[in-house]
Amino acid sequence: MFLEALFFQLGYNATLVTFGATLLGIAAGVTGSFLFFRKRALVSDAISHATLPGVALAFIVMVTLGFDGRNLPGLLLGSAISAALGLFAVQWLSSRTRLTEDAAIGAVLSVFFGFGIVLLTVIQTMSSGRQAGLEGFLLGSTAGMLYADALLIAGGGALALILVAIFRRPMMMASFDPEFARSSGINLDRTDLIMMGLVMGVTVIGLKIVGLILIVALLIIPPVAARFWSDRADRVVVIAGGLGGLSAWIGASASAVAPNLPTGPIIVLTAFAIFTASMLFAPARGLLISAIHHRNFQRGVHIRQGLVSLAQGQPIYEPMTIRLLRAEGLARADGVPTPDGVARASRVLRDEKRWETARSDPALEMAAARYDGLTQIEDVLTPDQIAELDTRIGGPRGVTP
Amino acid sequence: MLQLANAENVRAEAQSLRQSPFAIRGLTVSYDQKPAVFSVDATIEPGKLTAIVGPNGAGKSTMLKAALGIIKPLSGQVTHLGRPVADEMHRIAYVPQRASVDWDFPVRVIDVVLMGLFRKTGLLGRLSGADRKHAMACLERVGMTDFASRQIGQLSGGQQQRVFLARALAQDADLYLLDEPFAGVDAATEKAIIAVLKSLRAEGRTVVAVHHDLSTVPDYFDNVLLLNVRKIAEGPVATTFTDENLGAAYGGRLATARIDPAAVAG
Repeated sequence: MFLEALFFQLGYNATLVTFGATLLGIAAGVTGSFLFFRKRALVSDAISHATLPGVALAFIVMVTLGFDGRNLPGLLLGSAISAALGLFAVQWLSSRTRLTEDAAIGAVLSVFFGFGIVLLTVIQTMSSGRQAGLEGFLLGSTAGMLYADALLIAGGGALALILVAIFRRPMMMASFDPEFARSSGINLDRTDLIMMGLVMGVTVIGLKIVGLILIVALLIIPPVAARFWSDRADRVVVIAGGLGGLSAWIGASASAVAPNLPTGPIIVLTAFAIFTASMLFAPARGLLISAIHHRNFQRGVHIRQGLVSLAQGQPIYEPMTIRLLRAEGLARADGVPTPDGVARASRVLRDEKRWETARSDPALEMAAARYDGLTQIEDVLTPDQIAELDTRIGGPRGVTP
Repeated sequence: MLQLANAENVRAEAQSLRQSPFAIRGLTVSYDQKPAVFSVDATIEPGKLTAIVGPNGAGKSTMLKAALGIIKPLSGQVTHLGRPVADEMHRIAYVPQRASVDWDFPVRVIDVVLMGLFRKTGLLGRLSGADRKHAMACLERVGMTDFASRQIGQLSGGQQQRVFLARALAQDADLYLLDEPFAGVDAATEKAIIAVLKSLRAEGRTVVAVHHDLSTVPDYFDNVLLLNVRKIAEGPVATTFTDENLGAAYGGRLATARIDPAAVAG
């Protein structure tokens, strides 16, 4: 059943909902990346919580005017207006008063959300059962979603992606180096407005599926997870889009199978699982690979240090060094070097001398800066450069290669 | 004596504004009530290396940023060859302080240099092979080609500064404004940077740098602008970089900052 949902085999409506959710996830991951680069991730939390009074007021207005209160475009329009107000309040408080942005976010978020909850309570006393479904905006729900609703969400997600494609470069430059961006003719206020507008758009179209409490997770977790996979911003954006889409796709499919489960939490938990896997196993910056690199480097340093000690006839006390030298066949258990160890030791000393000379030569200084203590000199310098160094040192002395 | 404008003064002023690639008139910047820069006039000479010198908190960086519109001044106007800088920013390259950006940002060295081409490519333009070649040539000038595909966080402070300079070179500007390019860099970088700045001057471009190290001012620069909230003096190093002017800029704090070469030699 779940597999059928995953592969869009649960009927036209469910398929469209899953498709819309996936597109929303991609848009959220991509848009959220820029928010993450600009270090304003929490602003999205204020924006999303600020949507609630708008949703409730839109419902009240529509019912009062005699329309269907659950009309999705109407509710989303209301949420967009109040989200914009909330965003404006955060901007104004942090730029015109001495409040920092995090304090402004805290104040705006809680006040708007509190007001929204009051309005929801009012709605419950006011009308007769027609408000059913508004709570779905808190935690997200795909149950009872209309064909037109799914289309709206998919269309909004696609539009957000197009806008990101257009404005990606100014948004990136404003995030990395705002002063330089400004001097390159990028209007920072306008760029931030576009960025926040995109976040607001994604939040609003994501309200129905993910819910306003958790939409922030779909904006933030994919980019943070993607950061473990790459050191290049353009790739982080693409990977974040992929991870966001994957989370939403799996989450929406699960929700299609079990309609009573709220969609938002499932999507967010899926995203969290992806984040955890990325943090541990990503090949670029994951914890596992970092630990392995660190361990290898430590071993290298110990072996090199041990060889230097052997070459200079100093005793070695560090148990790890002795163990590693033995394992490599460079020394015996009592600390006496093997013939192989003697040869390696003299090579280490010779290369150390070469590096020392290289560092004092302005022409080789850049190359010497790349030496981390373990790099083989042959990997950095050409044979000619090494020969030149050797003549300056006084030629290779008593080294068996 | 209060000197009011007469026809000759007006002509001379118009002339110097037209010729100066960076002319500041009455620039005042204030964060709160207290001005950080107060009513500064400066006329940078074309084709020269000019140092902006002054104590900490003298408003050197603030003046540069305000002059470029990066922060909003209270008042003042700034012109490039007689036209407002706001309209001439495409001919001006700015190198911010290295500490002003997050070096853990996920970009490679070459990506940073390519940012210098944003004006040329515009919003929707694509970077061509020629653009990449140009960016590599700029890295070559600062001796950083080997590092093109490194993540910027892996660089040393001096290398980061060179990348910033390469990005400015990519802009191919007439006027280069650098904020503390020599702060916290190694000797090799300092040499590389000053060589590039001198080559820019040889190409007829104008360079202005906020500078901290008083001992190197006479070696590196042609002109100097002494600043301490107000402008103290400006002009050629030989006539302006005097003990009297330095005393006025630094107050009594200069006694140990400068050693008179004549006294040492004697």
